[in-house]
Amino acid sequence: MSEKIETLTDATFDEHVKASDVPVLVDFWAEWCGPCKMISPVLEEIAEEQAGKIRIGKLNIDDNLDVTRRFDVMSIPTLILFKDGEPAVRLIGAKPKGQLLEEISAYL
Amino acid sequence: MPERRKVVVIGSGPAGLTAALYSARAQLEPLVIEGEPSSTSDQPGGQLMLTTDVENFPGFVDGVMGPDLMGMMRAQALRFEAEIRTAKVSRIDVTPWPFEVWVGDPEADEPTVLADTLIVATGARSLMLGCPNEARLLGYGVSTCATCDGFFFREQPIAVAGGGDSALEEALFLTRFASKVTVIHRRDELRASKIMQERAFANPKIEFHWNAVITEVLGDTKVSGVTLRDTVSGEESELSISGLFVAIGHEPNSSLLKGQLELEDNGYVRTFGGTTRTSVDGVFAAGDVQDHYYRQAITSAGSGCMAAIDAERWLEERGE
Repeated sequence: MSEKIETLTDATFDEHVKASDVPVLVDFWAEWCGPCKMISPVLEEIAEEQAGKIRIGKLNIDDNLDVTRRFDVMSIPTLILFKDGEPAVRLIGAKPKGQLLEEISAYL
Repeated sequence: MPERRKVVVIGSGPAGLTAALYSARAQLEPLVIEGEPSSTSDQPGGQLMLTTDVENFPGFVDGVMGPDLMGMMRAQALRFEAEIRTAKVSRIDVTPWPFEVWVGDPEADEPTVLADTLIVATGARSLMLGCPNEARLLGYGVSTCATCDGFFFREQPIAVAGGGDSALEEALFLTRFASKVTVIHRRDELRASKIMQERAFANPKIEFHWNAVITEVLGDTKVSGVTLRDTVSGEESELSISGLFVAIGHEPNSSLLKGQLELEDNGYVRTFGGTTRTSVDGVFAAGDVQDHYYRQAITSAGSGCMAAIDAERWLEERGE
């Protein structure tokens, strides 16, 4: 995994996401989810290209049920963009890079 | 000038990647335009990306995970230097030769790639019910991917719509999580294979609701139930569930091909004479986009191999 992508957990979620100066895009994923694997390289590219403007974190839902439940995630991959610690955009399902960028562009 | 390739493969499921593997080994330097990420339609890797255990792909004694199998097929094609591009074909024109393929803006003056031969392996996608609230609640209890979303329905009652192998596969998989799985089928018998039926009938968590169609998905912010109509009596009833998994069949990803290749009435590409030849000389079709009957990973891979060989011979005959 790219160094630009942070691994989030139930324990570290709040300090990473609430305290961030820039928006944080959180990828709710699991090992057994095919579409999650499809978007991994896309997220790595976005993390590289948009460094400084956005942070990207991955949260494994198997290991981190608290945060997963707190945001009512019912389908993966789900991407939630947090702005000032609050959910601003929610994207369900794997999406092409162009569409992802378009959906979050207002926050970059 | 757009780049010109001997072989362009559209799609990257078992058919597309096998076609790529064979044509790469034949030194034809294929370009695979694999598609773009999606959870519901024509994603890279194809329909196996939405599955878990594949138990019937020969050679894998203990089964293999669908996404892992596709990862291996991709790596194998890359090993022989097939080029794989993560992009979606937006338009083709097979009236001139070399064939014209657009990626991105379909209105662009120039095509992106010119292809001496074209292998169409765009696959098929899940059909949706098309009833009220289904689309709105997709991801909020409505799902087309049991393996992606089953986890979220621990100890909850859910339903699967459909009566074929994929519906029963999903239902069986979902019993790992759900308290109860109701299979809703519009007839009073299943299309599914014998072995799947036996497994489903033997599973205490699976119930069947026969002769019923879903007329509406219920729920405000997430699924709370469905409205059913009995196909015999016409009576309406409600079923309380927190998840609905749709597995009512497939449709071919052939919209790109309309007006370009001859299609069957059901939208599948017509192939000729037991080969992968289509109505256009030099264009070949493989996998689920031309097969509504077998629809297996292994038959798709087999027809991908056929398409590569058909394309290679076609090029040879033309002295290309």
